[in-house]
Formats: sequence, C-alpha cells, structure tokens
Amino acid sequence: MRILYFAWVRQKVGRAEEEVAPPPEVVDVAGLVEWLAAQSPGHADAFANRRTIRCAVNQEFARPDQPVRQGDEVAFFPPVTGG
Amino acid sequence: MATVRVQQAVFDLGAESAALAAGRHDIGGMASFVGLCRADDGLAAMTLEHYPGMTERAIEAIAAEAEARWPLTGCTIIHRVGRLPPGEQIVLVLTASAHRAAALESCAFLIDWLKTRAPFWKREEFADGQERWVEAKAEDDAAAERWARG
Repeated sequence: MRILYFAWVRQKVGRAEEEVAPPPEVVDVAGLVEWLAAQSPGHADAFANRRTIRCAVNQEFARPDQPVRQGDEVAFFPPVTGG
Repeated sequence: MATVRVQQAVFDLGAESAALAAGRHDIGGMASFVGLCRADDGLAAMTLEHYPGMTERAIEAIAAEAEARWPLTGCTIIHRVGRLPPGEQIVLVLTASAHRAAALESCAFLIDWLKTRAPFWKREEFADGQERWVEAKAEDDAAAERWARG
C-alpha cells in the first residue's frame, strides 16, 4: 500500500511517501490511521488530532469508514486551502 | 469539456479568453475570476503545494459538476503551484455561456468549490523568516455550501 503525505502532515511524518504492509486487521481508513500513528513519534504527532486530517483513497476524498486494501494509494493531508 | 491546467507559469487572461472564444459564435458572455496573492501581515511569499494526479481529477470533476448545472459553452481553469510573491496570480476561472447568468453563476460556483474540494495547500512565508500553513476557513466552507442542492 502506498501512503502519501502532504503539507504539515508530510513535515510531521518526515517523509512525502512510503510503502507499507499493514496487518490484515486494518480494513479501513480509520484502522490505517490507528496503525500508522503507532509507527513512529513523527507519525504519532501527525495523526495526534484526527479531526484535522483529511484522506483520499486512490485520489478520491474518503471518510474514515472507507475500505482500504493492498495496492491502494492512500493520502493524508490537512483541509485544503487552494483557490 | 473544460480545459484544466496546473502549472508554475503565469497565465494570460486575455490569451485564455481569446482561445476560448476563437471561431465560436454561440458564446454570449464570458465571466472570469483571477485570484491574486495578497500581502497580509508582512507576507513575503506563498508556496502552493498540491497532489499531482488527484488535483487534475478533482478540478475536472468540479468542472463537470458546473457543466451539469449550467449550459456552458466553455470553461478554463488554471491553478498555479510553487512559490508566489504578493501580486502574483494564483488561479483563473473562466466560463462562457450563451447568456450572462450562467457564466457569472458558474464562475462563482467554480471558485467556491475549488477552494474547498481541490487538493492544494498554501504555506505563507513572512519577511521575518517565519512560515506557517494557511488554515482552512469556515467562511470558505459556508461559501461552498451555498451551492449544495437541497
């Protein structure tokens, strides 16, 4: 599974992307966040306030209950501020 | 089908309008919005980051929604990325239709939705060297919400 990070989420995690292989019990975005948050102090810091993080699965905005599986591209980022 | 571009380079509203209208006789009006980098609180520059791939898809989906709601005869959306000092252009929304209301309304809709549904993030740099990420604004969400179909 390919994980991408943007803006301050990227800065806190300390990298822009990574390949991960979460255990089988990780079945949705919420579960993936829990698992990622335990990977390093940087990850824990980035995911400390879950409400400030947005997610996309395969380049479509996703909610916490969206299923994730092997081969997906999952991105985490703050609320968008373009325009 | 809208023209969507995400680029570092500056854009030219006149050239984009001319390109949209070239050879057409069904356009009765065009509306445009150009967003600029404003120098608030000693801002030295703004850097726009985006999600390559998703950005284009998200903007195309927003444009398709506008085309479904209004009878548009043309639409161009250009969003810049990278480091932009105050006064620089950030975004162009250009819409064309047979009549003014569709062009004006769809232009307002597009910029409201771009602000809340396209994956861009702004980081501000100040003259004293400080940097901070721009936070999403509740009024932008409210502006986008007014287009919700009830």
